[in-house]
Amino acid sequence: MASKKFNNVYIADNFSLVGPLERDGLLKNYDLSFDDYYYNSKTFEQAEIKMQEVVLENLLEKNKLPDNKVDLLLGSDLVNQTSISSYNASKFRIPYFGVYSACASYIEEVIIGATFLNSKLAKKVVCLTSSHNLNAEKQFRYPVEYGACKKKTTTFTTTAALATLLTNEETNIKIESATIGKALDMGINDVNNMGAIMAPAAAETLATHLTEMKRNINYYDLIITGDLGLVGREIFLEMLDKVYNLRPSKYIDAGCEIYSPSQETYAGASGPVALPLVLFDKVLTTRKYKKILVIATGSLQSVSLANQKLGVPGIAHALSLEVL
Amino acid sequence: MNKDEYKKLVKKHIPQENRTGNAITAFLIGGFVGFIAEGLIEVIMNIFSLNRIDASVWTCLIIIFASSLFTALGFFDNWMSKAKAGLLLPTTGFAHSVSSSALDYKKEGLITGLGSNFFKLAGSVILYGILSAFILVIVKVMISG
Repeated sequence: MASKKFNNVYIADNFSLVGPLERDGLLKNYDLSFDDYYYNSKTFEQAEIKMQEVVLENLLEKNKLPDNKVDLLLGSDLVNQTSISSYNASKFRIPYFGVYSACASYIEEVIIGATFLNSKLAKKVVCLTSSHNLNAEKQFRYPVEYGACKKKTTTFTTTAALATLLTNEETNIKIESATIGKALDMGINDVNNMGAIMAPAAAETLATHLTEMKRNINYYDLIITGDLGLVGREIFLEMLDKVYNLRPSKYIDAGCEIYSPSQETYAGASGPVALPLVLFDKVLTTRKYKKILVIATGSLQSVSLANQKLGVPGIAHALSLEVL
Repeated sequence: MNKDEYKKLVKKHIPQENRTGNAITAFLIGGFVGFIAEGLIEVIMNIFSLNRIDASVWTCLIIIFASSLFTALGFFDNWMSKAKAGLLLPTTGFAHSVSSSALDYKKEGLITGLGSNFFKLAGSVILYGILSAFILVIVKVMISG
């Protein structure tokens, strides 16, 4: 069974910080924003470390939690060896795990955190994630100042950091269950079309979740995937229909919800932080939905292996939330 | 669904790139760069009374300097991507690739950072440029002696 049910795992609080393009985009409920991609640091990598530090500090302060009251810090980012999270973690005295499954990292963190809380091995867990557009460009694509012509299938890495506090004390957002995805290689090795790499994994995880939990697709008030983007979203919907005979009625993709069409972000937003931004700053603030299924998708590529022409594995983890 | 069927499904959803439009943009902007360069050559020849070959060398240097400076000032990447291949093919593209790599790694040390990543993108141009020049010279020698 890839699906797990959780008891007494709740989301207590959340704190987000976004860059200039995200602030000027479609969503307006972010906690903090900044103008300069350097964020008063010497390099973009150091800026991202500082972004993580700021959201974590704010979250802990808001909830009056000293370092020793947090049992576990889970961190993720897109830079070599999850170094941003690790360098940031060294500034706090909290037990720390670095987690990576590309853009699905955040939900992977929540699943790990929920498992610790469910088994009563922890009382407070913080899930921290970030991405910085220019760091991702340097890591996976071209130098920052290089003006490469981009394909319409390319997604645009979101610049933001976000920290979430999970607890076993009851709040109004319950983490009900989760389905751990299986890495899936469908032979696509175009790293400029990550939507196509991730869509089959998202469809498979959704189908597995519904089968194992014995649920109908209409059980959920909203299904949200992230971050398939404009192209991946259409592939996902067609796969669901043709292969699994599923037609979701209320469905959004986080990649298509952050930037406005005039912002020239090609196929939409990506990055581990894109999905939780839409979840917390759009979906949960409207209070319209009671049962939400969140499917985070990740394209698990490395520059070397992509250049060796291997198919890139995609992954998708699902998380079922109940708003009480 | 097997991998081949999936590839077909993906292909159906990939948005069409406007190739003709891109080619026309590249042709016009690339041509405009050539037009400016030709103008510069004429100006340099007249003002400094240089011959055409020397004036061309100075023009080339000015264009390389300008595109590196514009890269450092931070707006040349927008021009590059808007111009499609129009600014990529002239010397401007080469200068831009070198200076953008240099900017990326300038804080990581002169040897380990800047030095070893300087030709990250331009390395291929240099290698295959030299290689093809070598082959062409052999061909030329074989034909015309």
